[in-house]
Amino acid sequence: MAITSRAPAPGGAVAVPPPGPPPGPAGGPARPGTAWAEGVERLRAAATTEPGRLRIIGAVLAGLVLLFGLVTVWEISSRVGAADDVVGRSQPLSADAASIYRSLADADTASSSGFLAGADEPREVRERYEKDISNASKLLVNAAANTGADEDSRKQIALLSERLPRYTGLIEQARATNKQGLPLGGAYLRYANEQMSAQLLPAAQRLYEAETDRLYTDYDDARALPLASIGTGLLALAVLAWAQRRNYRRTHRVFNHGLVAATAATLVVLMWLAVGHTVARAELAQARSDGQESLKVLNDARIASLQARASENLTLIARGAVLAQDNKSDKYDVDFTAEMKELDAGLARAQKLANDSSGRDPVARAVDGVKQWKQRHAAARETDLRGDYQAALPQVIGDKDHKDSSGASFDTVDASLEQAVAHEQKEFTRAARGGLGALGGLVTGSAALAVIAAAAALLGIGRRLSEYR
Amino acid sequence: MRIRVRSQDEGHGGGAQGAAGTPGAPGTPGQVPRPSRPRRMAARLRGWGGVSAMAAACAVTAAAVLLPLAQAAPEGGHPAVVREPASMAAAPGPWSLTDTCQDPEASLRPNGVDGPAIERIRKAGKLVAGVDQNSFKWGYRNPVDGRLDGFDIALVKAIAKDILGDENAVIYRAIPTSQRVPALQDGRVDVVVRTMTINCKRLEDVAFSTAYFEAGQQVLAPKGSPITGYDASLKGRRICTAAGSTAEAALRAQPYGSVSVSVPNQLDCLVRLQLGEVDGIITDNALAAGQAAQDPSVRLVGSPFTREFYGVAMNKDASDLVRRVNKVLEDYRAGGDGSPWMQAYVTHLKPVLPGVAGPPAPKYRDG
Repeated sequence: MAITSRAPAPGGAVAVPPPGPPPGPAGGPARPGTAWAEGVERLRAAATTEPGRLRIIGAVLAGLVLLFGLVTVWEISSRVGAADDVVGRSQPLSADAASIYRSLADADTASSSGFLAGADEPREVRERYEKDISNASKLLVNAAANTGADEDSRKQIALLSERLPRYTGLIEQARATNKQGLPLGGAYLRYANEQMSAQLLPAAQRLYEAETDRLYTDYDDARALPLASIGTGLLALAVLAWAQRRNYRRTHRVFNHGLVAATAATLVVLMWLAVGHTVARAELAQARSDGQESLKVLNDARIASLQARASENLTLIARGAVLAQDNKSDKYDVDFTAEMKELDAGLARAQKLANDSSGRDPVARAVDGVKQWKQRHAAARETDLRGDYQAALPQVIGDKDHKDSSGASFDTVDASLEQAVAHEQKEFTRAARGGLGALGGLVTGSAALAVIAAAAALLGIGRRLSEYR
Repeated sequence: MRIRVRSQDEGHGGGAQGAAGTPGAPGTPGQVPRPSRPRRMAARLRGWGGVSAMAAACAVTAAAVLLPLAQAAPEGGHPAVVREPASMAAAPGPWSLTDTCQDPEASLRPNGVDGPAIERIRKAGKLVAGVDQNSFKWGYRNPVDGRLDGFDIALVKAIAKDILGDENAVIYRAIPTSQRVPALQDGRVDVVVRTMTINCKRLEDVAFSTAYFEAGQQVLAPKGSPITGYDASLKGRRICTAAGSTAEAALRAQPYGSVSVSVPNQLDCLVRLQLGEVDGIITDNALAAGQAAQDPSVRLVGSPFTREFYGVAMNKDASDLVRRVNKVLEDYRAGGDGSPWMQAYVTHLKPVLPGVAGPPAPKYRDG
């Protein structure tokens, strides 16, 4: 459009393109000496003849088209690199950080569950704790190796690596003391829990947030519009159109095959670039909104559920030994209420973000589980407040006669959230890979087509030149 | 004033802590976190340096006011002997027994007549007792069978048996230290039997039975520690107390140059001590005995610097219940070495708190 509307305007000036006439008169008295001046001089001399002008036009056309190809390769390579980082590096690192965060919270929950069970600590609870700790340690090493120069992440990793052995030490001390039948064990466990919630979990959360921020930076890099490529592409097309119009004016031949081919190739690259990147942007946007945002909300909800469960256990372990801020209520009971509220809010957000039934279903199951959990917790708490600890305990941790414990509800919530996280992770990977795929071949394709277009432009101009020999 | 122990300086202790925390070495938890031998020696030397500096200062002062030098000598030599009255005088506080009233441990005369409070308990069929569940040997839940046990629990059972005829007709409520008074005022519990000290301030809010145990604030320190008691040897030491406790108030009034560390529960002090985050604990010797029973590497040092009586706390309006409980206590004390009191003492406390000849004699007031 721009090209055709611009073409009629200079229609009157048939004979010479603007650079043509001025060098003519001014060319004579040019100062010789420098190579640059000499080059300009030669150009001016060449511009006075039609073959000379044609040569210049050919060189400019080929240069512009090649420049377009080069800029496209450069810009799209960086987009592909960023999208590659999203899929292959920063998202896995963010997922790992989420896993560290979750493993730590899970370990704390498992240790308090095992402690409550006392002498008959179920084997699987112990195994769950051990798996959590080894998973967190392994991922911490991995994160330390991959996190690069990011100052904040490294600080958190150092802090976590330092505190985790200390935490496990406190837990082992708590278990050993508890097995001897000493109330001191409960004090150790409360101290371990305090370390976890005041030191380790905040550090893990900061690590998760730093890694997620980096992921979002990579997103933004991948989604940035390739403006330089589009600009040079449009410029190349405009110059090609002008050259063909000039050619038509002079020769009354409608088509110069070479120039037409160059225009077509440039147009293809431009379209490919526009469509490919738009699709990639859309896919990445979807990966972020449907996948990553949901993942974040679900991860936070999961942490809240784990912490609420640990607080529920600790309410029974501490037995009123620690007071909340108001100096009146039980700290762990207050914590439980706050964490459940957080869980509710997180699940509500996750429900809003879930965009298909396989994403919504597990969240809906988790919501039902939370409802049930709250009821069972309230019943157990009432039993405990009535003074019947022995009855409250199985209502919380469950046994073969109490399948309907609040622990069973928590397990439902945890399993549903795990499923939802897995689904969103899949959604993310699918969309992000789609985005990366949309850019596939664009780099080699645009490079090859730019070379072809440049060659075609030179051939087209060469054909005109040959008419002067 | 109050400093909560943060864990900045705990990082390097992790390895040793982890090793000690393994189930293989559960018997020696208290030895783990203390500084290495040379450092401990140095600390000890510094401690004695402080003590001798103190002694020197005392000597100079004494000479200056032309007092016999002999008075300064025992100050450095046998601190435990002369310190008790000195510290009582130096650090008056809310725990002092003579601050606002005479004989706070004097209670209503016993009788077994039923009043409204007894009627209510009878109607409910259960005695609601506020107890501790984390106080070893007093009121604690044995993790093996999950049952409450201890000296306080034995007394609760005796009260329930007298009022309801069944020692198990009890609803136990685990109430935190600072909830003892509100729980009684709100009527959430009928009695509080929870190593609760009788004092004038509390008497404004609740009623007490006659004393059923005599205790005193005392310092608990690791064996080999330079801390000798509630005295100048605390200088520069980190001393742990439970938030809101008598010990915390005492330490606030007279810290002896120590750094106060406040934790939610007295048992948390033992955790901090085992981890090397504090150097000593102040709590009453009855509770300290429960701590020492859980960690053989700590011991009570010096002598008690207060005299406190534990009583059964009840609602201020439940005078019939107070008289009834006092009657139960009369029976509980009676019988010399064969009394229920003595039996409970031997079962629960004697191994960790030896040397108690018998229950404190009851004091009564009229009205």
